[in-house]
Amino acid sequence: MAYSDKVLEHYEHPRNVGSFEKSDAQVGTGMVGAPACGDVMKLQIRVGRDGLIEDARFKTYGCGSAIASSSLVTEWVKGKTLDEALTIRNTQIAEELALPPVKIHCSILAEDAVKAAVADYKHKHGMMREAAEEAEG
Amino acid sequence: MFAPTYLDHNATAPLDARVLEAMLPYLRSRFGNPSSRHEYGRHARRAIDAARSQVAAVVGAHPTEVVFTGGGSEANNLFLKGAAACLRPGVVAISAIEHPSVREPARQLAARGWRLREIGVDPLGRVDADAFEQALAGARLVSVMLANNETGVIQHTGALAERARALRVPLHSDAVQALGRIPVDFRALGVSALSLSSHKIGGPQGAGALVLDKRIELAPLIAGGGQERGLRSGTENVAALVGFGLACELAVDALAQEAPRLRELRERIERGLASLGARVFGAGAERLPNTVFFALPGIDGETLVAQLDRAGFACASGSACSSASPEPSHALLAMGVAADVARGALRVSLGRGNDARDVERFLAALADTAARLKGMLAVSA
Amino acid sequence: MPKLPIYLDYSATTPVDPRVADKMIPYLTEKFGNPASRSHPFGWEAEKAVEEARGEVARLVNADPREIIWTSGATESDNLALKGAAHFLSGKGRHLITVKTEHKAVLDTCRELERQGFQVTYLDVMENGLIDLGRFEQALRPDTTVVSVMMVNNEIGVIQPIAEIGEICRSRGIVFHVDAAQATGKTPIDLQELKVDLMAFSAHKTCGPKGIGALYVRRKPRCRIEPQMHGGGHERGLRSGTLPTHQIVGMGEAFRIAREEMASENEHIRRLRDRLLHGLSDIEAVEVNGDMERRVPHNLNLSFAYVEGESLIMAIKDVAVSSGSACTSASLEPSYVLRALGRSDELAHSSIRFTIGRFTTEEEIDYTVDLLHRRIDKLRELSPLWEMVKEGVDLNTVQWAAH
Repeated sequence: MAYSDKVLEHYEHPRNVGSFEKSDAQVGTGMVGAPACGDVMKLQIRVGRDGLIEDARFKTYGCGSAIASSSLVTEWVKGKTLDEALTIRNTQIAEELALPPVKIHCSILAEDAVKAAVADYKHKHGMMREAAEEAEG
Repeated sequence: MFAPTYLDHNATAPLDARVLEAMLPYLRSRFGNPSSRHEYGRHARRAIDAARSQVAAVVGAHPTEVVFTGGGSEANNLFLKGAAACLRPGVVAISAIEHPSVREPARQLAARGWRLREIGVDPLGRVDADAFEQALAGARLVSVMLANNETGVIQHTGALAERARALRVPLHSDAVQALGRIPVDFRALGVSALSLSSHKIGGPQGAGALVLDKRIELAPLIAGGGQERGLRSGTENVAALVGFGLACELAVDALAQEAPRLRELRERIERGLASLGARVFGAGAERLPNTVFFALPGIDGETLVAQLDRAGFACASGSACSSASPEPSHALLAMGVAADVARGALRVSLGRGNDARDVERFLAALADTAARLKGMLAVSA
Repeated sequence: MPKLPIYLDYSATTPVDPRVADKMIPYLTEKFGNPASRSHPFGWEAEKAVEEARGEVARLVNADPREIIWTSGATESDNLALKGAAHFLSGKGRHLITVKTEHKAVLDTCRELERQGFQVTYLDVMENGLIDLGRFEQALRPDTTVVSVMMVNNEIGVIQPIAEIGEICRSRGIVFHVDAAQATGKTPIDLQELKVDLMAFSAHKTCGPKGIGALYVRRKPRCRIEPQMHGGGHERGLRSGTLPTHQIVGMGEAFRIAREEMASENEHIRRLRDRLLHGLSDIEAVEVNGDMERRVPHNLNLSFAYVEGESLIMAIKDVAVSSGSACTSASLEPSYVLRALGRSDELAHSSIRFTIGRFTTEEEIDYTVDLLHRRIDKLRELSPLWEMVKEGVDLNTVQWAAH
């Protein structure tokens, strides 16, 4: 399997590895995937008073492309509003990292992780209906 | 060291020194298994891919049409049994002069309900296009070799393929002896499959290929790890395939010079043979430039070969196969040559290492040996 | 520092021993004859070399040279043995028995025989990778004609009870085939003692060249098979095709060296294997796959829980290892051998096969141990699963979001 230089770069030097305190009101946590499928991503966002995502963290159990995809989106979500973060599409991730077709699912998982983290934050802040709609949409 | 002059290139040809150089790294530090995903394996995989492109290029095929095998015999077996396994049993037609590695698999198909039909040849060893077309009635598979290993006679394969295509019967052609000696173009010939071998063209033994039109469905002979698109399992013989690829390239590059040079040497032999009263088989037909198959009246081929061996010349009395039986050449019998004449047959097949001096010495030794053998005959008579 | 990448994938293929390469080269240059050429010294010389090599192969396994048939490799040998014996005996019965952890060369051949109307029982293995002889005997039927069990498993290195299976097969008149591709030079094989009828060998797993192998076909009691490759009638009609002299010579030399050096070499290899195991034993959540006693010393197969397999391979790219059988590693399927031991898919995915051989050094093992420590730490630092385990979460109770 030949990885692109960008995947290798993120894999060798992943950005924003780590965890925030899950119970922190400012933090939204998304966990997607399953061990049996070979990928589990945990992505966390910390949202400032201004409603902007001020920081992000991830941990990923998965292949190099999964690690790179999650590392990349932690960079992308920073400075974005929650709604802006929800506009990140897997195709953008796949394009940026030059993922081969067999690795597209990694980018989908990263997109899902962002959505899950945003939904968790909204859930915590009583934006439940909105979150439910997001999930259905 | 005593080194006889080698005049048996249709049995096997010496390895080209450049081919050996290309192979050596794969017998030393570049030893990976092409299926391995680490750098050792990936390097081996790239080497095979390059070899596949080289083989494809010299026969005008696409690399994905090349299935590597352990040699020409396996390629012939793979086509006949592999294609037959995917078809309802019917008639398999082969020419009467095929190599045993086509003839025997075709015979084996009888056990699976197939009927074998032999296509006759004319006195010069050529398959007649009309007879070919008749033989194809109701046939599901047909195989006619591109050039015969004994006589060197070349078939009008392009014309045969046209008839076969019209009747929708896949035509396989054993091109083992033709490769590197005459131009071989998969597309221009229009056949469905070609068998190739490495060791007849200055490559190593243990490598060959079946070039295959992908519309032909084939079942593998060797099941397992799924190498060669599932058509031939088993760890690839990387060093030999690298050698095969380069040998193809070198042989075809040299063809424009080698073919006329060898033809000239052979013509010199044939002039000498004429003065000895020899009969050259297939003489009026288009033949490989390096091959002459002949008989001297009243002299047994085996005896002649043995005498020539003592005189320092390695040639063959027939095809080099493992049967030590003194059966006369079946190709000659198919051409209507009488069995006692056929028993006298001797094959000289030239190659890159041979020159005019070899030819002159050979003719002198032949004349000398023939005279002695005739003298013995006269005495014993 | 050792030369990178370090090669610890000897079960995929081995380097050709320089002594083997040196012996092969003359047969690529001046001694190039076709061993079937009967009319001149080029052919005679090649034939003599082929017969000497046959003798060496026979000697390693204590067989008669006339019982050795050349093939293109163990895959072809397995195909020839199974199809050849099954078809020859098809009038007597059409049932075969093999094991789920066999090499694909055996399993795929059995699948093909099933398509041709044969029935095949695929035996389970115990958690240690070995077959249960009681269950094997239960699987035997009156119409069982052929049994195929590998001697040494390519992924986990365990040694199956070949002698015992042989006794059972012989007493019932069943043909017993053994794939010994991974066994030669690693564990003694005595075909005068073992009641084995057919045995497949490979050169390139034993420091010989690729593209050559052999099939042992017992003479007394005589085992008969149908040929699968037809043509000039080479190898007494059992396998046609020009014999690749230089490769055969290489296999003979490789097997000679294996016979003479196996005892001392295995000591060296066992020491390195133990050093590797000991060096890695302080990493948490590591499991050995396969029985540690009934096993060749060359193989160590470990599962590193909570790190994903592909990223693990990527992380240790300076060490050339395999995460499964070389033949199947192009796909992302978890190893069917590890699954047969009852390992979960994710644990199978995060397993590494280290295979040690003739040219492995202590320095290479030490480098590998150090690298594994660093990289496993890093990947676990990245792993949400490891974090949860450390927090005391039982992963089996987690509801994973499907995707």
